[in-house]
Amino acid sequence: MLASDSPQHPPRAAAAAMPLLELRGISKAFPGCLANDDVSLTIRPGEIHALLGENGAGKSTLVKIIYGVLQPDRGEILWRGRPIQMASPGFARRLGIGMVFQQFSLFEALTVAENIALGISDPEERRGLRRRIDEVSRTYGLPLDPGRAVHDLSVGERQRIEIVRCLLQNPRLLIMDEPTSVLTPQEVERLFDTLRRLAAKGCAILYISHKLEEIRALCERATIMRAGRVVAECDPRVESARRLAELMIGTELKSPVHGKPAGGRAEPRLVVSGLSLRSEQAFGTDLKDIGFSVAGGEVLGVAGIAGNGQTELMAALTGETPCDRAEAILIDGVPVGRLDPAQRRMRGAAFVPEERDGHGAVRGMTLAENALLSGYRRLGLVRRGLIDAGRTLAYAERIIRTFDVRTTGARAEAGSLSGGNLQKFIVGREILQAPGVLVVSQPTWGVDAGAATAIHQALMDLAAAGAAVLVISQDLDEIFSLCDRIAVIAGGRLSPARPVGEVTVAEIGLLMGGAVGNGADRSREVHARQD
Amino acid sequence: MLVRIEPRGRHSALWTYGSPVLALLLTVLTAGLIFAAMGQDPWRALHTFLVAPLASETGRPELLVKAAPLVLIATGLSLGFRANVWNIGAEGQYILGALAGGGLALWFYESESPLLLPAMILAGILGGMAWAAIPALLRTRFNANEILTSLMLTYVAELVLAYLVTGPWRDPEGYGFPQSRLFSEAATLPNLVPGTRIHLGVLVALLVVGLGWALLAKSLVGFQLKVVGQAPRAARYAGFSQPALVWLTLLIGGGLAGLSGLFEVAGPVGQLTPHISPGYGFTAIIVAFLGRLHPVGVLFAGLVLALSYIGGEVAQIELGLPNAVTGIFQGILLFFLLACDMLILYRVRFGLRQPARAAEEAR
Repeated sequence: MLASDSPQHPPRAAAAAMPLLELRGISKAFPGCLANDDVSLTIRPGEIHALLGENGAGKSTLVKIIYGVLQPDRGEILWRGRPIQMASPGFARRLGIGMVFQQFSLFEALTVAENIALGISDPEERRGLRRRIDEVSRTYGLPLDPGRAVHDLSVGERQRIEIVRCLLQNPRLLIMDEPTSVLTPQEVERLFDTLRRLAAKGCAILYISHKLEEIRALCERATIMRAGRVVAECDPRVESARRLAELMIGTELKSPVHGKPAGGRAEPRLVVSGLSLRSEQAFGTDLKDIGFSVAGGEVLGVAGIAGNGQTELMAALTGETPCDRAEAILIDGVPVGRLDPAQRRMRGAAFVPEERDGHGAVRGMTLAENALLSGYRRLGLVRRGLIDAGRTLAYAERIIRTFDVRTTGARAEAGSLSGGNLQKFIVGREILQAPGVLVVSQPTWGVDAGAATAIHQALMDLAAAGAAVLVISQDLDEIFSLCDRIAVIAGGRLSPARPVGEVTVAEIGLLMGGAVGNGADRSREVHARQD
Repeated sequence: MLVRIEPRGRHSALWTYGSPVLALLLTVLTAGLIFAAMGQDPWRALHTFLVAPLASETGRPELLVKAAPLVLIATGLSLGFRANVWNIGAEGQYILGALAGGGLALWFYESESPLLLPAMILAGILGGMAWAAIPALLRTRFNANEILTSLMLTYVAELVLAYLVTGPWRDPEGYGFPQSRLFSEAATLPNLVPGTRIHLGVLVALLVVGLGWALLAKSLVGFQLKVVGQAPRAARYAGFSQPALVWLTLLIGGGLAGLSGLFEVAGPVGQLTPHISPGYGFTAIIVAFLGRLHPVGVLFAGLVLALSYIGGEVAQIELGLPNAVTGIFQGILLFFLLACDMLILYRVRFGLRQPARAAEEAR
């Protein structure tokens, strides 16, 4: 059931029904793209309103306009019925709009109270802060100890700081940008409980997410965006997740198909044993005696909450941080622990790092140059030290074609692509090198549903062709739909891998929280940076 | 009415190239104001400083002579700067190149061998490289900041030069002046164009610009330099060795600085003196940035900065202005260039800001 909610209706009689925030015909253009095209949106007091859309659909632009970070080219913003100009985030906060960003801005070395105090400029308000933090966290079920240092806290707890920070301003509207991507299932439940309490007290919530099941469980209205326009407004509780996804993408969704290689037990292609590593980062997580093996044709998933050693594990596997022992990592039986990434690629490995910008790709360089980044040796794109421009371009074009990367061509800058398209390009770049071992971290982080499906299918096809695939992900849905076996990383230790049919989401969730004796908070060792 | 500075969120292609032009215009404007403040007719002074050298028969070839060392050094520095290797000590590497090659000229003072000059050129390159190898070693072994080490080594080099020309290498027939013998015929670069001082260095500078361009645009090494500079993590992910690139860029930069030092003493100067460089090694840093770290840009920027040297000399002779005019011009240019480069990432907006009170009312 879809209803188009026209913004031009006559003023409602009852004051309670007056929209809290109304956007009318908002348009915003950037060079080369119309990010928001005549977008209208109404948020009523006390409602939990979902904003759904693919990456690049214009959600972030719209939210930035609401929060005063960007100014619209055209259109009107009405706050409680009065037209206003949202001049800056400070202005938005004074109106009573709070926002919890995906990336937290917290100082690890400071305490919870100190971090919150930093955001408050008025000394008057800073007085009695601890008492008010206690008060807010009790009222909304957000347990927080103001005296604890942030580096000791889990991601879920860190998010609570950001939420409490907003709530101290008594917001009328709270914007949450992809809040659950870093939480365990248990923490998600707790967050939803808080949000429902907030809504019950009259605070409206604008909830941005691509996790459809969550939106169906939490939100009472949803605005769906596609290519900068509002394509539908609906009640997500009565729509199926599949239907929502199709509205979002505009085509019918295909589920990934597991293709199993013929034959019996395959040989292990990636074997890691006794891998211990000190983190290079201050406040990083040390790896402790990690061991697993991935056979050809198999997808192994490593679940876990961010900051439990995934970054360090990835660096050890790619070779960006060399191991002490060569035998700690074997690729097809050959010790590679002391080789650099390029040498490991020559042994048949390929890698997709978590971070796209500046790690998996260079924003300011063209797609052709980015194709060169990992493929230069294995694909012979360099001859006698000189780049073979023709072959490099052809390879980039092949990636673009095969993986349906939406771009103006191989000469487009990587930074001009949407997150999902750039991720498809990076995954494609690695897969088309026909690796024997593929290690992928967060393959669909911040990627729209359409691209995510394509990436999942490509990973499964690669495994079906006989490669060993390791997926490190915080997205449990992804792990369960993609992997044959699952292990959980917590506090730098990896649990034994178990076949996907034999474990439940709840069990994995408990392991992620560090429930089995080696809890993340207790065993996480914090040490000073060593150079 | 307020001026606001907003991030663009992307590089502006227009201002990447517009910024040096704007900086030059602002510099000329400011130089005119300074001339006026010094009691000169600004038009006449600017004409003397910037136009007269180009209009004279002797000035134009001299421009190339002065631009050659700047372009040679700046091309080498650009490669390093691209990879975030900040070699600030080209001046010292220039001096060591001059000393290594010049030392050879003095040692074989009697020689008439045609091999002497090639040997001096090689020694010049190696001398500059050796001096640059010190910061490279300190950076890769001990993570010591090359900005500091390379800069400090410049002062060491200046003192070594001063010691040699006042001590062991002083001209025995030079009435005690702190300078070496004049180099012999076999140790001196021939003039390529009769009646001018244009020497081999000018041709080599053009060649190096071409090679530098090819390295950056066509080779894997050039690609590695760019990736390390723009995204160090991506460079690690790709398996590019950062220490190797630090060594490479410092050795190239040092080698080219040493080479230009040798060209200078074996060409226009013809001997070792305490003043073999009018600050080419430092001015080349401005040349590199004005030229957008691109070899072809460096070529044009080198000509502009060379003009400031010649213009300074002409202004000194014709208007009685102090020689510091050159340094002031270069300093102002760098100042405006850094300021204008802000426009690449930010835009300036003029407009009224909504008063804070409106928020409270709306709430």
